[in-house]
Amino acid sequence: MKTDLTVNGEARQVEHESRTTLLDALRDHLDLTGTKKGCDHGQCGACTVLVNGRRVNSCLSLAAMHDGDEITTIEGLGEPGALNTLQEAFVNKDGYQCGYCTPGQIMSATAMLEEARDGAPSHVSETLTGSVPLTDAEIAERMSGNLCRCSAYPFIREAIAMSAEKKS
Amino acid sequence: MKEFTYARAETLDDAAGQLDETARVIAGGTNLLDLMKLQVMAPEKVVDITRLPDLSEISAEGEGLRIGALVTNSQLAEDHRVRSLYPVLSRAILAGASGQIRNKATTGGNLLQRTRCPYFYDPAMACNKRDPGAGCAAKEGVGRMLAVFGVSDDCLAAHPSDMAVGLRALDAEVEVRSPDSSTRRLKLDELYRLPGDRPDLETTLAVDEIITAVVLPAPEKGAVQAYRKVRDRASYAFALVSVAGNVTLTDGKIARAKLAYGGVAPKPWTNAKVEEMLVGQAPDEALFRKAAEALTADATPHSDNAFKLPMLRRTLIAVLREATGLADASPGTDKTKDAA
Ligand SMILES: Cc1cc2nc3c(=O)[nH]c(=O)nc-3n(C[C@H](O)[C@H](O)[C@H](O)COP(=O)(O)OP(=O)(O)OC[C@H]3O[C@@H](n4cnc5c(N)ncnc54)[C@H](O)[C@@H]3O)c2cc1C
Ligand code: SF4
Ligand code: FES
Ligand code: FES
Repeated sequence: MKTDLTVNGEARQVEHESRTTLLDALRDHLDLTGTKKGCDHGQCGACTVLVNGRRVNSCLSLAAMHDGDEITTIEGLGEPGALNTLQEAFVNKDGYQCGYCTPGQIMSATAMLEEARDGAPSHVSETLTGSVPLTDAEIAERMSGNLCRCSAYPFIREAIAMSAEKKS
Repeated sequence: MKEFTYARAETLDDAAGQLDETARVIAGGTNLLDLMKLQVMAPEKVVDITRLPDLSEISAEGEGLRIGALVTNSQLAEDHRVRSLYPVLSRAILAGASGQIRNKATTGGNLLQRTRCPYFYDPAMACNKRDPGAGCAAKEGVGRMLAVFGVSDDCLAAHPSDMAVGLRALDAEVEVRSPDSSTRRLKLDELYRLPGDRPDLETTLAVDEIITAVVLPAPEKGAVQAYRKVRDRASYAFALVSVAGNVTLTDGKIARAKLAYGGVAPKPWTNAKVEEMLVGQAPDEALFRKAAEALTADATPHSDNAFKLPMLRRTLIAVLREATGLADASPGTDKTKDAA
């Protein structure tokens, strides 16, 4: 079957089996290997991409269900030599060790900051109806879908906080 | 994953017409694909309902709210009407899964997600739910996550949804569409079956019925609602136990108490006796302790999960304290705003 996607602003067509996930379509069919496969079961967040601007686990999604969708992967944010604010912050703050979870962390944080700016509450928010400052505890909760086996969490949170400050 | 035919439904009639024993609806796919990868589920046909019109909206219905079956968990938790008038629902959803999963997970799919019993997930182990009559490996196995109410000799598994527990404390109803285009409404309690000797049959839905919406009744003025979840890590883990509370005080007495319990039964659990003990009484520690004892009196724990009983009692007491003002509210407890 054939599926049309817009990936990082470019129209792409993928020819695939019905059971191909969005993750495998990106990595194996489009050679966009920045998006990682950790668990393949929605448990680690390494495969996080943006679909129409919202973060999802690409491993738990069928490519066929994304016909016409806009997908953003880590390759779409910046490149060596021209990193975006968040990528730069991860470098500055040492927000990784092995780097395997990093693309997922950065894609997730990209959307998370957007959600927070739109006033979406989280599990740890004191109020559901007032404004919520993006504290360290808020960042930790909102990023809990991204695991880091190297446990670089404190620096990941610092990098995200730094980038959030820069943008506001 | 076994191969399957993918079909994108254009209309509800089209979707229903394609459903039979060998086919499954896919919505967010976060549970179905997980299980298909492990071959715990292996439908021959997968019917994609995500392009069906009109199922992705939250709209007013009478004095209540109608939540389309394709409304995502994020969309629902973020909705301003839900946050101010039905806060326990936002809180229950936000206590579950992750930002990424909530963005894909749908209202219908969340209700119909399957148990996280580890033996159900492992096709090498005996499981009556996967394979009726095969036996139940969990009985003599590791039983930490299993249920303590409503279980049978054939299956001890718990329903994992947080959202459903919040909905139960709100008396939500589920709208279901049958293939002859008629619709019926079920209380949440009528949607789920207890395992008995057929743990493979989890709901009262026919194979070709589709959930189209969840309907919330008119909000209650001045209620305090709370969702409290206890789990093995601070976030992104299923409930060991959870309690949803929806409590109204009038003149210093408990006028209404709707309570639902998660992680402890094959469906969102309730206990009318506990609610009756509370209604008409002034909030009081001794009363709460008595109610909590009554709740766990008829539990039937596995040897590994008896810890859930004191944990559930303490969680209920904590919810009641905060909901009635005996303790300060912590994140998870919210006063409902009055409807505009
Ligand atoms: C790592 C991880 C952690 C999680 N943690 C939590 C947690 O803490 N708390 C929690 O509550 N949940 C948790 N979840 C589960 C998650 O909430 C569910 O996977 C999700 O809600 C299912 O919704 P879906 O739309 O993706 O369902 P799908 O996977 O699309 O469908 C699930 C089932 O429902 C059926 N179905 C779907 N929609 C309809 C419909 N409209 N009519 C009839 N049948 C339908 C499908 O055929 C399928 O059998 C977690 C999941 C993962 C992977
Ligand atoms: S408890 Fe239920 S789901 Fe778990 S192994 Fe036994 S029969 Fe299967
Ligand atoms: S690879 Fe998708 S969540 Fe782990
Ligand atoms: S940096 Fe190694 S897994 Fe996160």
